[in-house]
Amino acid sequence: MKARHWIPGLMMMAAMGVAALSAPQAHTQAAPPRGAQVKVKAYQSPKRAQSEDEGQKIFDQNCSRCHATPEGFSSRISGTIVRHMRVRANLSAHDEQVLLQYFNQ
Amino acid sequence: MTMVLAFGLAICGTPMVFSQDTPLLSGGVAFLTNTTKGNTSYQPIIEPLTAVPLGKNFLFESRALLVESFNPDGRGGYDHSHFIGLTYMQGDYVANPHLTVVGGSFILPFGTYNERLSPVWINNFLNAPLDVQLGLLGTGTGVGGELRGSAIRTPKYSIDYTTWFSARSGNAYFNSERSFGGRSSLYLPPQRLEMGLSYDRSLQGTQENFYGAHVWWEPEDEGFRLRSEYARGHHAQGYWIEADYRSSAFGGLDSWVGRFEPLFRINQTFRRDTVVSDGVPLVNTQQADFGLDYNLPHNTRILTSYSRQFASTGDVNIWETGIVYRFLFPAWKGRR
Repeated sequence: MKARHWIPGLMMMAAMGVAALSAPQAHTQAAPPRGAQVKVKAYQSPKRAQSEDEGQKIFDQNCSRCHATPEGFSSRISGTIVRHMRVRANLSAHDEQVLLQYFNQ
Repeated sequence: MTMVLAFGLAICGTPMVFSQDTPLLSGGVAFLTNTTKGNTSYQPIIEPLTAVPLGKNFLFESRALLVESFNPDGRGGYDHSHFIGLTYMQGDYVANPHLTVVGGSFILPFGTYNERLSPVWINNFLNAPLDVQLGLLGTGTGVGGELRGSAIRTPKYSIDYTTWFSARSGNAYFNSERSFGGRSSLYLPPQRLEMGLSYDRSLQGTQENFYGAHVWWEPEDEGFRLRSEYARGHHAQGYWIEADYRSSAFGGLDSWVGRFEPLFRINQTFRRDTVVSDGVPLVNTQQADFGLDYNLPHNTRILTSYSRQFASTGDVNIWETGIVYRFLFPAWKGRR
């Protein structure tokens, strides 16, 4: 527990705090939750439904393998999440694109 | 320090190309208790993570850990200590569909636990497996570069890889050993089966080799998950097998019954000699962990477990409880 460990941690937290405080409405436009059992909506074109199925599959096979499904998140960070998952889960470029479409549907 | 300042500049000054690429803040907030041999300690934890996309191919990401520990002082009171530090801080460049180049301070991708399961909002148990330090070269992080990506991807199988080199760093914030290593995994989507091998070598001091293997199996729509890992070093070896289950038979996973998640994990470590270099217990040790988690709405989990540890130095009971909240939101409003 060296005191010098405080310095980068505090700077990191300060940066995060400033960023969070500068976004007071960050939660207001949450996307619909993407649970493990996402239900298909009232009407979808076959192509879109197929894309959603594939997206769900890629999500289950890659993201849910390690962690529980987040209950909901803003569509403004869907691209960031997918890029982060591409690195962490070694997603292919194809999987990244399908997952992004799935999040944005 | 330069990296910290660079991060600050990046998070404040990044122009957003797409509205869906707003920097995010994620992580977990937890309050944990541990009772070992009748002594109870308490740990409030905050583990934030940030990811900041830069242009179309770059990503900056970092995770920090803030822990306050309250431990019995033996006189009826409590001592407390704290730790604040960065777990990792790295830049990622997606070079092509099969290659991502990583630079900075990164989590060593040896086995699965360190990279995938160690965040407090992910792990099913509050304690790490007994052999978790094998292959992690002291700090579990490296300072240098990493190449990773998906080598092959077909509907029937996929292969991914990670290879890295770390320089020796005595920096107080980013401590690491001079070392190199890699991991490769084969994943079979139809069977939901993953098998992988890991290797790393310390290039300083005793220059030890470490070998690892892992098998994960998550049959589709069964709610059952099996994870296992084996690691072997020059002075010790060990393995763990973890199983968990969530039933959807009583109204689905979101029913009050479906939110229960019983767990079991068996750990064993074996010493090959008494040279201490790997963080594994000094005598052969077995531990059985029995857990029961409850997945509340709003990304909150209650974790409970009882562990019985068997060793020639004495058997130990370990009781653990905790509540963990996972957060995930944009760092700011961003551009529409």
